[in-house]
Amino acid sequence: MSKVPTDLKYTRTHEWLRTLPDGTVEVGITDHAQHALGDLVFVEVPEAGRTVCPGEPFAVVESVKAASDVYAPVSGEVIEGNPALAGAPETLNSDPYGGGWLARLRLTAAPGALLSAAEYEKLTAEEAE
Amino acid sequence: MGRRTPLFTVHASAGARIVEFGGWDMPLHYGSLLAEHHAVRRSAGVFDVSHMCIIDLEGAETRALLRMLFANDVGKLTIPGKALYGCLLNERGGVIDDLIVYYLGERWFRAVVNAATRAKDLQWIRQHAAGFGVKVTERADLAMLAVQGPEARERVAALLSGAGAARALALEAFCGAEIDGWFVARTGYTGEEGFEVMLPGEQAQSLWRALTAAGVAPCGLGARDTLRLEAGMNLYGQDMDEHTSPLESGLAWTVAMSPDRAFIGREALEAQRARGVERKLVGLVLQERGVLRAHQRVIAAGTGEGEITSGSYSPTLERSIALARVPTPTRGPVQVEVRGKLLDARVVKPPFVRHGKSLIG
Repeated sequence: MSKVPTDLKYTRTHEWLRTLPDGTVEVGITDHAQHALGDLVFVEVPEAGRTVCPGEPFAVVESVKAASDVYAPVSGEVIEGNPALAGAPETLNSDPYGGGWLARLRLTAAPGALLSAAEYEKLTAEEAE
Repeated sequence: MGRRTPLFTVHASAGARIVEFGGWDMPLHYGSLLAEHHAVRRSAGVFDVSHMCIIDLEGAETRALLRMLFANDVGKLTIPGKALYGCLLNERGGVIDDLIVYYLGERWFRAVVNAATRAKDLQWIRQHAAGFGVKVTERADLAMLAVQGPEARERVAALLSGAGAARALALEAFCGAEIDGWFVARTGYTGEEGFEVMLPGEQAQSLWRALTAAGVAPCGLGARDTLRLEAGMNLYGQDMDEHTSPLESGLAWTVAMSPDRAFIGREALEAQRARGVERKLVGLVLQERGVLRAHQRVIAAGTGEGEITSGSYSPTLERSIALARVPTPTRGPVQVEVRGKLLDARVVKPPFVRHGKSLIG
């Protein structure tokens, strides 16, 4: 069973979103997603200053087998992409909700409807059927 | 649901990620493709390759049939058990499939062909076999396990009788023999030492369990693909197909232009050689971060453009490698278009890795 921390928000495309004390947000991919992708060997994070819209591909994660887009969960401006992932993409597999964060964003609009942990868990359970 | 090998339930209960491949439900990996890859390079791994199609050819004219159908020359096979790799070609010189042919006796040869091409291969072989009075039998009763890695042969030998183990360990490269009721061959698709074992399907689970109990890592098709790519071995349907000839697929060494025989596709290959082979299959090593993938565009300054046919991350080299079809004069540095960006790569001669060691300098 994959981990779904209750203090985060989620998307249907398997990203998570954490609101930090200063109001900025941190974004990554879920434990379910990293498990489905398998061993990750390359990550392309967005550059600082880029503005993104919800649903826009803003990062790429590549397993040995395939490349997958990661979609921005909210409207925002990228503060920074996680610089540690270039040298250690496997962190996305081992610590998807911690060291495996992909980018920090400053919100430019109120977030749309995101899933709660319970709703996301229900979604992944349905997909498994 | 696809077809299932006698080991399907073992894969499923081991938690394998199952994928469809060539009409079969096969394990992609058992948790970590990278760990499986490294197990084969460093110790030993076992692959279920029972989806591959084993075809027995029997009759007095079998050698004559194969001398016509097979672009390599089975005339080279004189010692029983000896194997030969090559292609079946169509009249245009395109590759119908690549296969291994074993010489088991003057009236008995065995071909091992790809799973995805099974139906068309059988049809092609049967169509020509009739005129030679050769009996064609698909050995769906047999399973096949590939045990690969520096420790692989010892692990298999430990499960044989004393005399059987001695015979297995004495097998020369690319030779096989009937040992203790199994057909054991010193062949593989990884660039490592190892055996491929063909055995009755009902014995496959016990062999699998005995090997894994002895520490041999279960390995899926994912690691099989990264290992064969590092070893510079082509994958049918990806690196060559009916529209490419062996001469433009890095397989000229498998075409035997012996003066004394006609084989299907020979005239087309001779014509291609006479006018000059315009494209070749080369290895690429990415000089930057990123991952090369099939169908990406290759730009070679001065010679034109080509395309990647297989690309991946190389777990052994910890960088990306690929096979690519490019204009024949291409050499040295090239660029590859990856998601709209041009990345630097260089042309190398495969294999990239052999017996665990990098060959690309």
